[in-house]
Amino acid sequence: MVHKRAEAIHEVPRERPKAPETDSSRDERKHNAAPGRVSERQETFTTVSGVPIERLYTAENLGDFDYARELADPGQFPFTRGIHRTMYRGKFWTMRQFSGFGTPEDTNRRLHYLLAQGQTGLSIAFDLPTLMGYDADHSLAEGEVGKCGVAVSSLADMETLLAGLPLETVTTSMTINSPAVMIWAMYLVVAERQGARWEKISGTIQNDILKEYIAQKEYIFPPKPSMRLVVDSIQFAAREVPRWNPISISGYHIREAGSTAVQELAFTLRDGIEYVEWVREAGMAVDDFAPRLSFFFNSHNDLFEEVAKFRAARKVWAHVMRERFGARDPRSWLCRFHTQTAGCSLAAQQPYNNVVRTAIQALAAVLGGTQSLHTNSLDEAWALPSEAAATLALRTQQVIAHESGVASTADPLAGSYFVERLTLDTERACLDYFEKIDALGGMVAAIEKGFPQREIHEAAYAYQLAVERKEKIIVGVNEYAAAEPAPLDILVIDEAAAQRQKEKLDGLKRKRDGRRAEETLEALASAAAGNTNLMPYILNCVRAYATLGEMCDVLRKVFGTYEEPAFH
Amino acid sequence: MDKRIRVLVAKPGLDGHDRGAKIIARALRDAGMEVIYTGLRQTPEQIARAALQEDVDAVGISILSGAHNTIVPRICQLLREEGLGDVLVTVGGIIPNQDIPGLKQAGVAEVFQPGASTQEVVEFIRGRVQQKA
Repeated sequence: MVHKRAEAIHEVPRERPKAPETDSSRDERKHNAAPGRVSERQETFTTVSGVPIERLYTAENLGDFDYARELADPGQFPFTRGIHRTMYRGKFWTMRQFSGFGTPEDTNRRLHYLLAQGQTGLSIAFDLPTLMGYDADHSLAEGEVGKCGVAVSSLADMETLLAGLPLETVTTSMTINSPAVMIWAMYLVVAERQGARWEKISGTIQNDILKEYIAQKEYIFPPKPSMRLVVDSIQFAAREVPRWNPISISGYHIREAGSTAVQELAFTLRDGIEYVEWVREAGMAVDDFAPRLSFFFNSHNDLFEEVAKFRAARKVWAHVMRERFGARDPRSWLCRFHTQTAGCSLAAQQPYNNVVRTAIQALAAVLGGTQSLHTNSLDEAWALPSEAAATLALRTQQVIAHESGVASTADPLAGSYFVERLTLDTERACLDYFEKIDALGGMVAAIEKGFPQREIHEAAYAYQLAVERKEKIIVGVNEYAAAEPAPLDILVIDEAAAQRQKEKLDGLKRKRDGRRAEETLEALASAAAGNTNLMPYILNCVRAYATLGEMCDVLRKVFGTYEEPAFH
Repeated sequence: MDKRIRVLVAKPGLDGHDRGAKIIARALRDAGMEVIYTGLRQTPEQIARAALQEDVDAVGISILSGAHNTIVPRICQLLREEGLGDVLVTVGGIIPNQDIPGLKQAGVAEVFQPGASTQEVVEFIRGRVQQKA
């Protein structure tokens, strides 16, 4: 891999240099920037991420701000104001509630329910054994089957999960990373058997392994073979499933792990750069795959900081694609993204307050121009959402869409001195991180050195201490606390789910053509030892009802597994 | 004598969310304790063995996956089998109220739910370990 240092891709206006001090400017500053202590609630004001905020923003803060260069109209480079000319006047964002628990039957029922409630896209959560590439009957799956999401060990489970869902018309997002290629192959085979054409179906697999090493830590194989699987799926999508998003480059988990807004943005977009470099290295032209790269961000409580982050994301990515990679197709320049409200911001105490937090976060995502949105449920600091809580979360989006009026015009906060300054500062800070990571040799190298992991841990610890010192107030937690029992009916996962899944797996292994399954697995093993695209081999395994665990075991043998080194 | 308190911070199960475990490990260290962090995805057997080898006073288990009712009692049982029945066991993570009595019955001294401060955890461990000494 050749990593070149980022050229200074574009200039970000800094605040105007201060004029020589005169008596009147001194007076003005006294008035403006150094108010009497008594008149303000606290000495310094900062965002959730700790960025200092001034008392007042004026034209002075924007210096030589050029509309065409910094913003441009929605749908115009650099897309700061949004990727579409009409934004939500054309169509609302996709309301996509992440859902999955218990057996495939349980989750299938919830998916049908959500569509009936007006949800416009599906989003499937898998349980931890599935995320880690273990079948439901593996010893490490004990206690975990169906707990954090739905259990899927084979094509048979996927057939049940998707029963009755029209795959040519509904778009499905699947949160799956290390074994993304296997789960995607299962989805494609179900589509094939439904008669849904691959060139028509649309959806997303998360498939973002870099943020697993950085934040969520659900990795199986070492970084390099993992990157090969990502490259294989991007290439396969471009050839065979052209409307599919083969990756959703995710900041969500980075933020949940405790990063600042800037770190979330910078590490995510730098991961994006890494993927583009690797796919290009594998011989694809940038415009042949870049239009299908998609992103996934978190939306936390600090409304303006979040809006600035979303706007900066589009602008930075547009410049990266056009200048760093020379992309010519305007669709390659677009940072299209899904947003989820911040799970880590939700409190176990006084859980109804979470509805308010989620509404503010969802509003930020919409004001920031997201393409799709998941709103968290009020009970998520306790368990997976109950049906009632999930419905209220969806209703929150519907109220913002239909009642608040914010969807009637594109980028309504543009031109605010504060929002534009924050957007410029976020962009600048993001580019500074790019320089550091480029200097470390790129993101895979930075991860191997523990750089993003350490940065996030420092930010998480600083935030925790700020909360404990009450420098940051969390309503109902460190202030306005009240002794109260949890008033919620939470979702309890039926412990029998695990047993049912084991029995199904047993039955499957007896019923299937065992020799055929074995042959396809052997073919996968020899292909993995070479450097051919593995998708066709995995599809064959899936069609022969080889299980997820069997496929992952084959690759564990060939690729090895990854253990995170201890970073200090 | 003020021998330093030794704590094993343990992350069992398949879940990789280690923000809490790492923050707790650091807060305990900042409070003057010796902390050994197991790293991710340890089996109950590995955790009990580490507790024995490291001769710890307390084991702090971090679990957010919902598998606590299976995994935590197993760890407590293995600790007793290793002759470590007097080692203090605490749990932190996404633990619904109704699961707490069962966990305490299995041998857990305290469960820290979301929103608990690191100071509460530090004081609890210090108080209980010193009581025993």
